[in-house]
Amino acid sequence: MVTVAHYLVLAAVLFSVSVAGIFINRRNVIVLLMCIELMLLAVNFNFIAFSRLLGDTLGQVFVFFILTVAAAEAAIGLAILVVLFRNTRSINVDEMDTLKG
Amino acid sequence: MIPTILFYAFAAILLIAAFGVITARNPVHAALFLVLAFVQSAALWLLMEAEFLAIVLVLVYVGAVMVLLLFVVMMLDINVETMREGFTRYVWIGGLVALLVAVEIGHVVWFRSEGMQFLSTPEPFPADYSNTRELGSVLYTEHVYAFEIAAVILLLAIVAAITLTMRRRPGLKAQNVAKQVAVRREDRVRLVKVEPTKD
Repeated sequence: MVTVAHYLVLAAVLFSVSVAGIFINRRNVIVLLMCIELMLLAVNFNFIAFSRLLGDTLGQVFVFFILTVAAAEAAIGLAILVVLFRNTRSINVDEMDTLKG
Repeated sequence: MIPTILFYAFAAILLIAAFGVITARNPVHAALFLVLAFVQSAALWLLMEAEFLAIVLVLVYVGAVMVLLLFVVMMLDINVETMREGFTRYVWIGGLVALLVAVEIGHVVWFRSEGMQFLSTPEPFPADYSNTRELGSVLYTEHVYAFEIAAVILLLAIVAAITLTMRRRPGLKAQNVAKQVAVRREDRVRLVKVEPTKD
């Protein structure tokens, strides 16, 4: 049978994969944003699994708000990315050193 | 038995898609792998009887956020090769950190769980149980302020995205509708008395 532990392990592996993705793709801002979305997804898995385990709907309400904030974050992040690309013609993280003193 | 098979199938595809996201050479492929990962997660959430959130994940994420992401990825002209420099060097560091994170999460789950029954299967809900009604009944009563704050955050996202990306180009020719509407006959038409000529 599928237990809560199955979902917790799946969420932990998913989170680890996305952490590795942040290290691997540390130059490409778009893939970094995608890795952050994957991390939020793994966290949502945990919330829903515990919501089922404890029989409390609050976990699912929290997931609802996380989805809302993540959508807003993606919209603003992509807008910043477009403006950045318009100004520098590149989205390489290494070239974002304008603020360096 | 069938839920177990479904769980392993969906989980396997989800993890393969996650690996695809982090290793894809082309950002468009990464975005499409991310779509696959979201769809598999929605299926897994359905298995966990969180139906409303599963539908919201498909509608909001696959339908809106990923389309926006794909638009941006295709609009920007990204030089993929310079992005991949030092890939093999960072694979090892990334793998090491991922392993560390997995071990830490596992430690917390297995040794600090304070007697939670992780190896139990939650009782399935009765057939007339409505997840949407259950969620709505707490969302609009106990958490109504948080709900309104979420609405304000979405408004903020709209305003921020528009103000960030809108630009005024100098020398752009456009109609001024108010001026056009406010024009009167006297401003435009001039009647000229022309003397008839005799030849």
